Amino acid sequence: MQTPVNYLARKHWKQTGAIVLIGGIYLLSSWILKFDGLSGIIAIPKAFSWLGVNFKPTANSVHFLPSIWQKLIGTVMLAIASTVVASLIAILVAIMGSKVTGGSSLVQTIVRGIASFFRNIPLVAWAMILLFSFKQSDFTGFLALLLMSVGYLIRAFMEIIEDEASETMLALKATGASYFQVIFQAVLPQIMPSLISWILYMIENNVRDATLVGILTGTGIGFVFDIYYKSFRFDAAGMTVLSIILVVIALEVLSNQIRKVIL
Amino acid sequence: MISNSDDRLVMHPKSPQPQKIKLRNPSLSRYMIIGVITSLVLITVYTLTHLNTANVKIGEAFRGLMMTLNQMFLQPSAGSDGIVMLLQALGISLLLSIMTTVIGAVVGFVLAVMASKNLTNAWLGGSIRIFMAVIRAIPTIIWVLIFSIVCGLGTNAAVLGLSFHSIAYLTKAYSESIEEIDQSTIEALKVTGSKFWVVVFQAIWPTIIASLVSWTFIRLEINFANAVAVGAAAGAGGIGYQLYVASGMSFDFHEVGMIVYLIIAVTILLEFIAVKLRKAYIAK
Repeated sequence: MQTPVNYLARKHWKQTGAIVLIGGIYLLSSWILKFDGLSGIIAIPKAFSWLGVNFKPTANSVHFLPSIWQKLIGTVMLAIASTVVASLIAILVAIMGSKVTGGSSLVQTIVRGIASFFRNIPLVAWAMILLFSFKQSDFTGFLALLLMSVGYLIRAFMEIIEDEASETMLALKATGASYFQVIFQAVLPQIMPSLISWILYMIENNVRDATLVGILTGTGIGFVFDIYYKSFRFDAAGMTVLSIILVVIALEVLSNQIRKVIL
Repeated sequence: MISNSDDRLVMHPKSPQPQKIKLRNPSLSRYMIIGVITSLVLITVYTLTHLNTANVKIGEAFRGLMMTLNQMFLQPSAGSDGIVMLLQALGISLLLSIMTTVIGAVVGFVLAVMASKNLTNAWLGGSIRIFMAVIRAIPTIIWVLIFSIVCGLGTNAAVLGLSFHSIAYLTKAYSESIEEIDQSTIEALKVTGSKFWVVVFQAIWPTIIASLVSWTFIRLEINFANAVAVGAAAGAGGIGYQLYVASGMSFDFHEVGMIVYLIIAVTILLEFIAVKLRKAYIAK
């Protein structure tokens, strides 16, 4: 029988168990990975003081600013372009594949499978495969980001359509509207705010991912950072990081403001 | 003479002019949506027309890509490394992601409690939130590169770099869930004279445990992807490094295919666990 004492005792054991489990995972994995927790903690202040000394922008690093900003703006625009193209593809596919607007269950299953497949192929693999065929060009970065975003956006858009548009759709269907009328007059206007919110999120994400793609494929801001970093011009590398921080935070603030208005 | 056709006599019945039904009210939200879409499309068009393709013939490149994809997905093989080594590397990446998620969750929860608007004073909360926003703005890969200078290339740098980003991400996610809590729950406990951490663990923890679990698992999925990426771009080991070597140095795309299949298997497994866990906690 459940008594308060009983309940509290069980809760106590559960809590202890959870703490032991988490501690156990930490210890086991740090043992296997040979991670030294203590030196890790010591490394954090060291890293920050190193950052303070070496990444500090100097008078010299101001020279690099124009080329850094040129690449950074190019990278942001590339991230936007890949997100927009990806969302155009994704909205078409999501309409075909969602439970409310989609075709037969076979089509739905296929769309879900494709989306999950694209989403789970690591960005690194896309970048490297594309680099092999498309060489070191902006187009490579564009395609890598595009292929990655499509998978995410299809899943997100399908969930949005299923959550938000099913009632409006039924209402319009009851008036005898055709399939395309329903899509363009009910579904799309209804989901537009959430859609844009997701697109903005994806742009932020892609700007960050573009750095990784850039390091791997030698394009955009990632390439600039990699060059400065590997040639030990740390003041310029610090300037690059500062610029990235500024742009990412500015994008975040801007898209939050847009979200406040449209949602 | 007056005839019927005289305009002045024939009364033209005025057909009632139908009042136009206003379909939409003009609103700021609508203008904003139109504005955002227009500017995004304009930027896209500009970018795509000015794209540097490095004189690659697109048609030929796509044909090459198809050949590569064919090698990858239809004829995967373990290549020269052997399946055992690949599985080992996969395990290392998975452990790396689990460990950094655990660190991120524990530290992130403590920081989130301190950063939430409804729990602490504005000054402390604000400064933590700004600091975390800056950490989040720096991509994970750059964190790992920075730490690899201080503690050398290897696991230590990877663990620290991934944890840093996880902490910042989870602090934001957790503190948003904490801020959604009904203020009366917290006040009810405060009135009884409970201490701060009692309030946290008896009122806040049970209320947000479901969203806590689901955010943590989302981060685990992200961390696995990041662990792969970091292995490739910073040489921090694991399956990502194998992927980088196979695709960028030895050009063995059969092996790349095998590695990609292994990674997909793990991510689908993680997704499956996350869905099950979320259902279990929501049902409770």
